[in-house]
Amino acid sequence: MNIEDIIKPENIVYSKPRLMNNNPMHYCPGCSHGVVHKLVAELVDEMGLEEKTIGIAPVGCAVFAYNYLDIDWIEAAHGRAPAVATAIKRLNPDKFVFTYQGDGDLAAIGTAETIHACNRGENIVIIFINNAIYGMTGGQMAPTTLLGMKTSTCPYGRTPELNGFPLKISDILAQLDGTRYITRQSVHNAAAIKKTKAALKHAIENAMAKRGTSLVEIVSTCNAGWKMTPDEANKWMVEHMFEKYPLGDIKNE
Amino acid sequence: MAKISGAVVVDNERCKGCNLCVVACPAEVLALQAKEVNDKGYHYAYMANPDKCIGCASCGYVCPDGCITVYKVKI
Repeated sequence: MNIEDIIKPENIVYSKPRLMNNNPMHYCPGCSHGVVHKLVAELVDEMGLEEKTIGIAPVGCAVFAYNYLDIDWIEAAHGRAPAVATAIKRLNPDKFVFTYQGDGDLAAIGTAETIHACNRGENIVIIFINNAIYGMTGGQMAPTTLLGMKTSTCPYGRTPELNGFPLKISDILAQLDGTRYITRQSVHNAAAIKKTKAALKHAIENAMAKRGTSLVEIVSTCNAGWKMTPDEANKWMVEHMFEKYPLGDIKNE
Repeated sequence: MAKISGAVVVDNERCKGCNLCVVACPAEVLALQAKEVNDKGYHYAYMANPDKCIGCASCGYVCPDGCITVYKVKI
C-alpha cells in the first residue's frame, strides 16, 4: 500500500490536540512540559470544558503556557498560583480552575500558598511538574533536588549538611484533610503518558464535582539543566528520580 | 489476520530533533535527518523505514512539541 493511500484524514489515529495552537513552543528540545501541555489540551477538549477552563500559569519555564493552549489563562506572581486559583474558583464555582506549577514555584517560594490552598480543600487541580531543578534560571538547586545531584548552585552535589534533604511535598500535602486526590506520575513513555492522562482526568472530575483539592505531580526531566540528551535524561530519571519519588497514588479517597 | 499499515507525518518546521520519537518507536521506523535541517537548524525526524510502520502512535504520544500526526489502516 502506498503512503499516499494511508495518509488520509479518515485514517488519523493521533494528531496535535485541537486546543494546542501553532505557536512554536520555547521549551528546549525534549522537554516534558510539551507532553503535559498536550494532555491538558486533550482532556479539556474531550471533557467539553473548553469554555469553562481557567488555567493559572506559574513563574518558571511554563510562564508562557498561555501562548500555546487556546483556553483562558491568568499569570500569577511567583508561587502564588494556588491563591489566585482560590479566588477564581470561589467567584466562578462552575468553572474548571487549575494551576500549572514547577517545583521551584510550588515547593519553594509558593509552599505557604500551596499548603493552605490544599488545607482549605479548594476545588482546584494543581499540576505539579517536578524536575528537581530550577530549569528556567539556569539549573540551580531546588528543594526537590536529589542528594548528590549536581546543579549550578551545588556543583559538588547536594549534601544534607549544607542543603538539607529533598522535599517530598506531595507526601506532605497528602496528610492534609482538604486534599482528595494526590498522585505521582511521569511522562517518559507512551504507557506512562496514558496513566498520567487518566490521573489528570480523575483530578478534573474531582474538581468539577467539588470533592476537594487534587494534585497531580509529574516527575519530569530537564535535560538542558541536567546537561544530558533528552533520552539520557529519561533514563536517568527512571534510575534515580523514581527511587526518591515513586510513582503511584499517594492519596485517593 | 488483517495486516496493519501505518504512516507518520512530521511537521518539519515544528520539530526540534529531540530524538524522543526515534527512541519510542518499537518498529525502528523513525530517524533524524543526518544532514538536512529545518529553518531553526534542527535535524528533524522523518520516516527512514516507512514500510515498517504499524501506526501505534507511540511517537505521537511522546513528542513534546506535537509535531507528529499518525495514520493507520487495516489492509
